[in-house]
Amino acid sequence: MDVEVRNIHKTFGKVHANNDISLVVKSGEVQGILGENGAGKSTLMKILSGFISLDAGSILLDGKEVTIGSPADSVKFGIGMLHQDPLDFPPLNVLDNLILGSRERMIPNRKKVRQEFVELQKQFDFSISPDAFIDSLSVGERQQLEIIRLLWLGAEVLILDEPTTGISAAQKIQLFAMVRKLSEQGKAILFVSHKLEEVEALCTQVAVFRQGMNVGQMLPPFDNDKLVEMMFGKILTRSDRKCCTQEKVNIEVSDLKIDDPRLPIKNVNFCIQKGEVIGLAGMEGSGQGLLLRALAGIIRPSGGHIWLCEENSSKKDFVGKHYFDFKDSGISFLPADRLDEGLIAGLDLREHFILAEKQKGFFVDAKAAMQLTEKRIKDFNIKGTAENMVESLSGGNQQRAELALLRQPLRLLLLDHPTRGLDIESTLYIWSKLKQRCSEGASIFFVSSDLDEILQYSDRILVFFGGKVSKPLDAGDVSVDQLGQLIGGRGWE
Amino acid sequence: MDNSLAISIGSIFAWAGPVIFGVMGETITERAGVMNLSLNGSLILTAMVGFVVGTTTNNFMLGFLAAALVGALIALLIAFMSISLKQSQVAVGYVLAVATKSLAYFLGAPYVGKPVMLLPQVPIPYLSEIPFIGAILFKQTILTYMSYVLVFVCFWWIYKTHQGLILQGIGERPSAAYIRGVNVNRMRYIYTGIGGALVGIGGALYSLSVKTWNGQLSGFDGIGWIILAITIFGSWHPLKGAMGAYLFVLLQYLGIVLQPLLPNINSRIFQVAPFPLMILALLFVNIGNADWVDRTLAGLPEDVRRTIAKILRAMKTSPPAALGIPFEKE
Repeated sequence: MDVEVRNIHKTFGKVHANNDISLVVKSGEVQGILGENGAGKSTLMKILSGFISLDAGSILLDGKEVTIGSPADSVKFGIGMLHQDPLDFPPLNVLDNLILGSRERMIPNRKKVRQEFVELQKQFDFSISPDAFIDSLSVGERQQLEIIRLLWLGAEVLILDEPTTGISAAQKIQLFAMVRKLSEQGKAILFVSHKLEEVEALCTQVAVFRQGMNVGQMLPPFDNDKLVEMMFGKILTRSDRKCCTQEKVNIEVSDLKIDDPRLPIKNVNFCIQKGEVIGLAGMEGSGQGLLLRALAGIIRPSGGHIWLCEENSSKKDFVGKHYFDFKDSGISFLPADRLDEGLIAGLDLREHFILAEKQKGFFVDAKAAMQLTEKRIKDFNIKGTAENMVESLSGGNQQRAELALLRQPLRLLLLDHPTRGLDIESTLYIWSKLKQRCSEGASIFFVSSDLDEILQYSDRILVFFGGKVSKPLDAGDVSVDQLGQLIGGRGWE
Repeated sequence: MDNSLAISIGSIFAWAGPVIFGVMGETITERAGVMNLSLNGSLILTAMVGFVVGTTTNNFMLGFLAAALVGALIALLIAFMSISLKQSQVAVGYVLAVATKSLAYFLGAPYVGKPVMLLPQVPIPYLSEIPFIGAILFKQTILTYMSYVLVFVCFWWIYKTHQGLILQGIGERPSAAYIRGVNVNRMRYIYTGIGGALVGIGGALYSLSVKTWNGQLSGFDGIGWIILAITIFGSWHPLKGAMGAYLFVLLQYLGIVLQPLLPNINSRIFQVAPFPLMILALLFVNIGNADWVDRTLAGLPEDVRRTIAKILRAMKTSPPAALGIPFEKE
């Protein structure tokens, strides 16, 4: 089916989220839609999928104008949207999840649905059990399931909204293969992303959105620099990776053992130098998060040592100590879930700084707090005011706020997916701030599912596979291919 | 087999009727994502309404209908406050629990001592002839039979029908149900109303069959709170909820039976004991949620551990994820 949108306008209050957007996607095309956060990509997709209504403009399917008033309408017209976090039902099993809201009658024919699911799944070489419960599946599998559900409902147009956030490298390969197959079958696909590499690898044409407008369309071969310039209106340069290791041992981990019922980890040995960045690579849930939390003092290891080394070469074992002791000796942890674990929704920025700083006396010194907040907002280039609730900030600004909240000085900074869901500009900014911390002597330990990020910023890399931890690999000597093999479980003794 | 024993065991099933209606009503309501906390007051008010309408019109049917209507209206008031006005369901429900109870005692006072009529027992042909069992299960009132059927209908509806999947969906993840074309708020209104109506029938069943309206339902007051607990610990599952309801009534019944046998013990204890015993039983059911249980189990031999872990997991409960949260489409 061909999709066309003409002169779409949508405003939220003062924000012109979609300003005269037009786009044509023919059957069989994979249309990439690039743009940084807030460029208006999601708004257009939500209009197409019936989540929000348009202020002006028209939508044409196969040349015929249609009015999409609700998500049910869009499904009826054959438009299916895969949301970033698959909108399914965790406690249901796969079959029931398929049936819910489908055209199945009062008493669903489960046998027929099962058969159709198995056949559809075979086309794409997926292997999800129809009886598995959704909450036992990985995000990648839930995406596969959701796409199959949309196809089963008869979707001819598929909208994929940032589908590669939070899935493993192997699942990404499967996803891309599926998208290619679907385009061969004549489906029209809209692939929304802010990752240039993905769009370039997959799409047959790319539109770039900036500040609510469609600023241009490009056909392959794609010119990387041109795309970046279109996205940001200026050319960004990545900082060169430079090793600022100071050859002084900061933290020494020996024979560390973590007893997790699902994923026991043992025999972890490495040193962290001052100013060093160590990246943790591996499929999600291979043990990176556990090690990160053990080093933060949140999980108590069942054996081994975490030595904190001092200037005068004395060292102290921190295993078994309280989280607050870790914190007081300059170890900070930034969780992946910014709003749930990192910040407190419902409090504004100033209140966060009041909470983060040591207070003198019983009453809050509002004036000093305001000054500090405004200074940090400026230092960290946060787009927002001291009175803004943290949940009203964009993801990038929330992450900047989290960095701004960290105390000085730091010994070790533990980061769980520091740039997940952020656009390129924010990512570069966050890393420039992190590198600054390194030059002040802090070490960084970070988990990411983005291999490029790990190779780009780490000095050394630890690879995780099913609870096994590799020796530290020098980021300069290791190739993407080697890493990929290790992450996939090959090349381990 | 002793017939009087069968009859007294049969009375457990009769007395459990109102509790079953209450648990099923609340289970459906909470599955839809709404919490009807007014249960205790709702039951007392509908008991009064059912009695008054039933006895004055001399028509049981009208009594039950009126009680169902009142139960549904209270529930819809909660639905309106929480779904449309987005107010706290806990606050609204609690206030209504207190208010409806007082209202029942106030409005029902003039009817105390009115001629009583009790729902007749209708033995089911053939089935009631089965020795022992027949006298227990099949010499009951029509509404008691309906309470048996209701449990299985609720189970079948929630797990086997498309509508039931939608019911689960709106309580678990309303946004996902919405994109699949479900009108979440309308469905929540409907199920809250149905749930309230069932609670109302339960109330009327008490005053028209189990005991009558005497202006002060001391044996019934408090049951509403227990029903809320049974619903929760029964994992919002009709069969587990029904088991909880029968267990609770059995405990109450044992109190009555044991009291004359143990005259040295204060009779109050027998009245109160079922409540803490019920809570203990429910706590035990959910013991698998505690961290230390995992650790204790780790020391056991592998196959024993597996079996116990499996049983504990089956008993574990997790509430409908969107329970008590109003749905907003961005």
